[in-house]
Amino acid sequence: MINLAGRDILHDGPKFALTGLGLGLLIGVTLSMAGVYRGMIADGRALLDNSGAELWVVQQETLGPYAEPSSLYDDAYRSVLTVPGVAQAANVTYLTMQVRSNGNDVRAMVVGVAPGPAGTPGWPPYLVAGRQVTRSHYEAVADIATGFRIGDRIGIRRHEYTVVGLTRRMVSSGGDPMVFIPLKDAQDAQFLKDNDAILQGRRRTAENPAFNRAGSPAVLDAVIASQSVSRSVNAVLVTLEPGHSPDNVASTIERWKRFTVYTRAQMEAILVGKLIATAAKQIGMFLVILAIVSAAIVAFIIYTMTLGKIREIAVLKLIGTKNRTIAGMIMQQALALGVIGFVVGKIAATFWAPFFPKYVLLMPRDSLIGFFVVMVICVLASLIAIRAALRVDPAEAIGG
Amino acid sequence: MSSSTNAQMPTEGILIEGLTKRYGKGDTAVDALKGVDMYVAPGEVVGLIGPSGSGKSTLLKCLGAVIEPTSGRMTLGHDVIYDNAWKISDLRALRRDRIGFVFQAPYLIPFLDVTDNVALLPMLAGVSNRESRERALELLEALDVAHRAAAMPSQLSGGEQQRVSIARALVSRPPVILADEPTAPLDSERALSVIRILHEMAHRFQTAVIVVTHDEKIIPTFKRMYHIRDGRTHEEVGEGLAIGAATNA
Repeated sequence: MINLAGRDILHDGPKFALTGLGLGLLIGVTLSMAGVYRGMIADGRALLDNSGAELWVVQQETLGPYAEPSSLYDDAYRSVLTVPGVAQAANVTYLTMQVRSNGNDVRAMVVGVAPGPAGTPGWPPYLVAGRQVTRSHYEAVADIATGFRIGDRIGIRRHEYTVVGLTRRMVSSGGDPMVFIPLKDAQDAQFLKDNDAILQGRRRTAENPAFNRAGSPAVLDAVIASQSVSRSVNAVLVTLEPGHSPDNVASTIERWKRFTVYTRAQMEAILVGKLIATAAKQIGMFLVILAIVSAAIVAFIIYTMTLGKIREIAVLKLIGTKNRTIAGMIMQQALALGVIGFVVGKIAATFWAPFFPKYVLLMPRDSLIGFFVVMVICVLASLIAIRAALRVDPAEAIGG
Repeated sequence: MSSSTNAQMPTEGILIEGLTKRYGKGDTAVDALKGVDMYVAPGEVVGLIGPSGSGKSTLLKCLGAVIEPTSGRMTLGHDVIYDNAWKISDLRALRRDRIGFVFQAPYLIPFLDVTDNVALLPMLAGVSNRESRERALELLEALDVAHRAAAMPSQLSGGEQQRVSIARALVSRPPVILADEPTAPLDSERALSVIRILHEMAHRFQTAVIVVTHDEKIIPTFKRMYHIRDGRTHEEVGEGLAIGAATNA
């Protein structure tokens, strides 16, 4: 038996191909939206993986350091180190800000990493160029996505830093590339006030009779000195000795040190379940709308194509063609349109994904699901046209 | 009645007795056919002539098993197909295997080439593609359009398209062909050519052919005609002129 759908497609090849192309671009947008969502999750996981931590010690009753502000004294890590099962504990600060370079600025997450040997939690685990930060001040390692190069001078708050190393896929949960600087500099950048504010603060303190007592000048000096240094970090990143359960160590730290501690699984739940949740719902809505629009377009195209063949369908029915054959022809055309659209969409999404400013992760599983969804949409969309075709009266082929 | 492809030659033509068709009910009912009697023998071509609204199309649709008559009797070959009710269950197979249609416009399937347009019918009936195409080519040869076998319908002239549509009507070797104004869009020469082909094919395949027409050019070619007026047929003897004579008439 002749494949009527195939012959019709070949006969109207350019029209069909252009229609498939248009649908394909729409499917490409849909796949990209799914890729943006996957990219956000991947960024979140990359953030956790690249920190090198197994536990995150944060301010009590906060979801820090990524989802909420968290502030700890920078000597807290010493007490954490005493907990059985803790192998390493290192301070870390996170601050998302604009980083200047050559008159431009780049949105980046500035990470303050504690000094220590390679492999200290918080450090970038690998570099693609240059070296790690070795000096105590004014050196930086930047993610390649910032666009910085080795030797570039970048401005963070009041200081300039030299880029000494480049890393890759070190991003915040929001997809902003990271810039690693020494912890002390990061604390200054995050917590220290500007000179005017410091002067104003000193004046106010000096005017306060509680601190500026006659006969006790050392009190004022001590208070001002305490206000001039930053002793806070956002979190302590902890690695464990082999054989120790993260949950047990976390509960020990919480119980004795009065901190909140998150395991990897809990931190991932916070990132994916809370931080990305709203964006995920937003993208989900877009996906639903795009699916409906795609279905409407396929239905419209197939319906229009079918209406254009009403006379031929009437003749086919008059000469004895089964309804099944006619319905099959329409459905095959809808499916062919879906296949063409999906192939075009997949190629388009793969082609334009690298040009997105944030990470777009196109997963084969999503593509597979997308393919089946497109096929189901095509089948459903073709039903309207099939209904129209089956209602055609074969008598229409006969005049009068 | 067998619904399989009818390879054997029909022998008895088509017989219609007291056929009526009423549209609507009650006060608004319209009797389109009021007792049509008609017989077309195998190998015979008869004209069905009448003014607009006389019931020609209704009769054609009844004969083509597209609409159901209200009463009467129709016999096709040896089989009674209608006797106040359809006597066969699969009307689709009846149309496919035992009735050939030639329309006012050729209505060829635009995305199939000439061969497949003709071969489609036997293919739909389950005949193999190869055999269906062989049958199609044989008919295209007989109708002198074999040289356009690979062409698409849009590449054919009006006369060629009509010959292909005749080949499509004949390919299942039906006992009867219903031709609905087959010469309407054609000039005199091509119109007479189509009628000559219908005569030749009717004779060659012993098919009963009913030609609905208004066309003054071809009316003289019928030996026998049915005039339909107010839903009733009246048999007339035609001139039965040879095609050449009709051309000169």
